[in-house]
Amino acid sequence: MSQVRVLVGTRKGAFVLTSDGKREHWAVSGPHFGGWEIYHLKGSPADPNRLYASQCSGWFGQIIQRSDDGGKTWMQPGTPPGEPQTAQGPPKGDSNKFVYNTSPENGKPLTTHQWYDGTQHPWEFKRVWHLEPSLTDPDTVYAGVEDAALFRSKNGGQSWEEMPGLRGHGTGPRWQPGAGGMCLHTIVLDASNPKRMFIAISAAGAFRTDDGGETWRPINRGLKSPFLPDPTAEVGHCVHRIAMHRSRPGVLFMQKHWDVMRSDDNGDSWREVSGNLPTDFGFVIDVHAQDPETIFVVPIKSDSEHYPPDGKLSVYRSRTGGNEWEALTKGLPQHDCYVNVLRDAMAVDSLDSCGVYFGTTGGQVYASRDAGNSWAPIVRDLPAVLSVEVQTLP
Amino acid sequence: MIRVVLPPHLRTLAHVSAEVSVEVEGAITQRSILDALEDCYPMLRGTIRDHDTLQRRPFLRFFACGEDWSLEPPDHPLPDAVARGTEPFLVVGAIAGG
Repeated sequence: MSQVRVLVGTRKGAFVLTSDGKREHWAVSGPHFGGWEIYHLKGSPADPNRLYASQCSGWFGQIIQRSDDGGKTWMQPGTPPGEPQTAQGPPKGDSNKFVYNTSPENGKPLTTHQWYDGTQHPWEFKRVWHLEPSLTDPDTVYAGVEDAALFRSKNGGQSWEEMPGLRGHGTGPRWQPGAGGMCLHTIVLDASNPKRMFIAISAAGAFRTDDGGETWRPINRGLKSPFLPDPTAEVGHCVHRIAMHRSRPGVLFMQKHWDVMRSDDNGDSWREVSGNLPTDFGFVIDVHAQDPETIFVVPIKSDSEHYPPDGKLSVYRSRTGGNEWEALTKGLPQHDCYVNVLRDAMAVDSLDSCGVYFGTTGGQVYASRDAGNSWAPIVRDLPAVLSVEVQTLP
Repeated sequence: MIRVVLPPHLRTLAHVSAEVSVEVEGAITQRSILDALEDCYPMLRGTIRDHDTLQRRPFLRFFACGEDWSLEPPDHPLPDAVARGTEPFLVVGAIAGG
């Protein structure tokens, strides 16, 4: 029977939740890295027991952790214990070294971006928001960081190099931080085209490469952000999340700061599909594992009130790829609920009856075994949940 | 041997349970102690000092013999008691946050 492994990053550690394919009874492992912020952890599609985790702290900075046994044990890549000394000498301890590329051969030195007050501000590494393992190589993993940039490791996280074409394509000096910082939080890999990748930055927008990351371009046509001097500007949009179904790589769904959007042309143009949502502000968006026209969002009241409208936690589902939405509330709190669901905190499994999972800032992780028709908490009292990922195991 | 006391989270990263001892060649300074510490425990690189600039991370302080050495130059000699191993060099996390 299949198994499901849910990887949960929280403000105070990581948790691994496991169940068989019935998804009725769950084992909870953790906290791993207790006391540390775990922004994200994710497994390799090519080797499900290879997991990567972003561990960070205001005191000690960034740490990258790796597990090669499905989360039972962890190591900092390239350091003992775990990886022995090599002929090249003692371990360098570079797995947490994220240095921006400003070399002349990669174009103009990229030294500043726009600050909150409109002045230019130096790029400063703060943390890794998102880790996206390669679809085919367990040792290759991408990291989206704050201040926004894309890094890649080809050696299992032992060392990282920036992919400078993203910051260097020309709009970088116009990027600015959102309320949560200037973070590259979404990385979507195209299974049908290994050269194509989508990323999103708050608050710069969405970007695409068609040549494996060498060159990039903004893909924000159709987005409208009234807070910008030019609401339809090429960059500056606060994109919160992008989701794509593997079987239809040209179709993208976006939860923007406000507005739920859809693109049918690889992001070249977007149209709004917020439809009858009670509010189109939110953070998460995801796609049903079997039906690429079924999508899920969690509406949040507003950008100044980060909790569900009327204190009722609801997932909204569209079976039509947007515009027509239905509230899914069975099993979710319908009074006095004032949690948030952050941008990396929803995921789906790939079982026949699609499981949907999301975590809240109140520490609950909810699961649905029936594509959102009903919900039950797996755990209720974790630290604030930052991210949720799901692995469906044979 | 130079004795070094680490804050709890760094002990966990380094897989040590109490203070550690490191061999330091030459003058006993903040820099030489931290260089030796990071050679022995590479998983601590970047957690006490910035990888590139080697600047102390803002929420950490260095103490020895009851005094705060954090703002002293990194190559300034530390007290003889630290060099003799009778007193430890302490890496202390600021009490901040909630």
